[in-house]
Amino acid sequence: MSVLIFAELDEGKLRKSSQEAIYYGAKVAEQLGTSATAIVIGQADDSELATAGRFGATKVLHAADSKLNEPNGMAYATVVAAAAQQEGTKVIVLAKSSLADAMAARLVGKLRAGLAANVVELPDLSNGFRVKRSIYTGKAFAYTDLTADVKILAIKKNTLAVEEKDATASVETFSPALNDGDFGIAVKSTDKATGDVLLPEADLVVSAGRGLKGPENWGIVEDLAKALHAATACSKPVSDLDWRPHSEHVGQTGLKISPNLYIACGISGAIQHLAGVNSSKVIVVINKDPEAPFFKSADYGIVGDVFDVLPRLTKAVQAL
Amino acid sequence: MVIRRCEPGQTFRTPGSHRLITIDHARPTLQQPQIDNTMKILVCVTSVPDTTTKITFTDNNTKFNKAGVQFITGPYDDYALARAIELKEKLGGTVTVLNVGEADTEPVIRKCLAIGADDAIRVNADPTDAFFVAEQIAAIAKENSYDLILMGRESIDYNGGQVHGIVGELLGMPSISPVMQLDINGDTAQITREIEGGKESLEARLPLVLGCQEPIAEWKIPNMRGIMTARTKPLKVIEPTSKDTLTNVASYELPAPRGNVKMIPADQAETLIQLLRTEAKVI
Repeated sequence: MSVLIFAELDEGKLRKSSQEAIYYGAKVAEQLGTSATAIVIGQADDSELATAGRFGATKVLHAADSKLNEPNGMAYATVVAAAAQQEGTKVIVLAKSSLADAMAARLVGKLRAGLAANVVELPDLSNGFRVKRSIYTGKAFAYTDLTADVKILAIKKNTLAVEEKDATASVETFSPALNDGDFGIAVKSTDKATGDVLLPEADLVVSAGRGLKGPENWGIVEDLAKALHAATACSKPVSDLDWRPHSEHVGQTGLKISPNLYIACGISGAIQHLAGVNSSKVIVVINKDPEAPFFKSADYGIVGDVFDVLPRLTKAVQAL
Repeated sequence: MVIRRCEPGQTFRTPGSHRLITIDHARPTLQQPQIDNTMKILVCVTSVPDTTTKITFTDNNTKFNKAGVQFITGPYDDYALARAIELKEKLGGTVTVLNVGEADTEPVIRKCLAIGADDAIRVNADPTDAFFVAEQIAAIAKENSYDLILMGRESIDYNGGQVHGIVGELLGMPSISPVMQLDINGDTAQITREIEGGKESLEARLPLVLGCQEPIAEWKIPNMRGIMTARTKPLKVIEPTSKDTLTNVASYELPAPRGNVKMIPADQAETLIQLLRTEAKVI
């Protein structure tokens, strides 16, 4: 009956978003009077996997077949379905990501499970199984009843404030039968920024728009991001103009993020941009136009020239 | 592109699935194996509120307020459709548009026909549950053997992003999302998919189910000739084949408004950092 959490690895370490998912899953397990088990796929040391206990998992199922080294939503769904069956799981929890989303959708088809995406609170179990999820790209919420026997919750970042405890999880090797049909997609190459803070996982984000006037001016944005250990993001026009890679575009048709702090520099704040960032905890807007609509949705605002303000903010952060 | 021979009543296992599929509709059989040299593409589209819509609800927060709302083709679906039309122009073939929706979605379907789709199917039902929608798509796909089933990475109303994966699973086909680039070479697709902080290049055999996003193609705008011919292109309306739903929305809520913005004079910009540390406690 245990709650099963799909936890992802990045370079052999549990992803931060997956730590949040484990913590959330353990809370749901408490509500249900059961335990939390994490399923981890890929190569990792037992000592790293045992840290899932810090977030509330009592057990980790580790599937380390070398065929699973490449992220593969279909094959991973087969593994998670087998783990769910072994554990008698009725609730599966995961943090949204390019891999987890692909995996979860296949899982819905396999298990006829009801999936709620962008869940923002713990479920309400007082009358059935009701979750609050973000819809209309952050413009509204839907209280949704999950009526299937198995339920899948894909949580949004910053759903709960994680509290770590001093505990370790037991680690068991998990070797379910794999399905040859799941390996029909060949990964030819991967092109990924390394060493930077991953935008979807970042607690702090510094974002900039056309107000920066050109890609050659991004240094001041990167300097502030570096001082804060923040990720960088951009508006749609900036990605359309190829000033920045598409993976940095936040907004209605780009990434939807919910960091603790979002600093928008030279972005006017069109409703499509707000949709992607309005669930950030704190929003700072820096714009030389006092009429920029973004100020209405901000917590802190500075009317000023980004070329003057950003370097000063960077210095102030460095002085902390 | 894909060679298929199947007889009525024939049962086979689809790759990657334990599901048994029974062929219950005869496809034309020739003396020689039928080689279909053109692409058969299905594009699934949603009809959603325009991205600038201010969302409100009625009936004690249990219904979306459609009053004064402009409905558009899902922006991601529009990218999928645009790429489908380009592939058709390059390789030959047909593009069928599928929408699960009530009669008020027909303007969106007609626009897709005006952009260049050949025909359309509307499954007459309110699309409130991803599994329900996926079952309708899968039922139609089983009857028609498409080489490609394209749709947006997610609908911009419920943002579930699951329908392509569920359809893939129900059909025993690979599914990939979000796809930023798609090229077809023989029976193989070259695909670029976005991942956190970058992208990956993939290769897979057809048939495939793909969730699409920019910059897979440029959005297309219908021209006058397209609009005229769209009026007479076939639009078939069918009833849903199953009614199963796995989720059910009980009520809606709007986000609490943010408190008033605290303005900091530009010449004291440094105080922002102090406030973020001591007041907002985020750094």
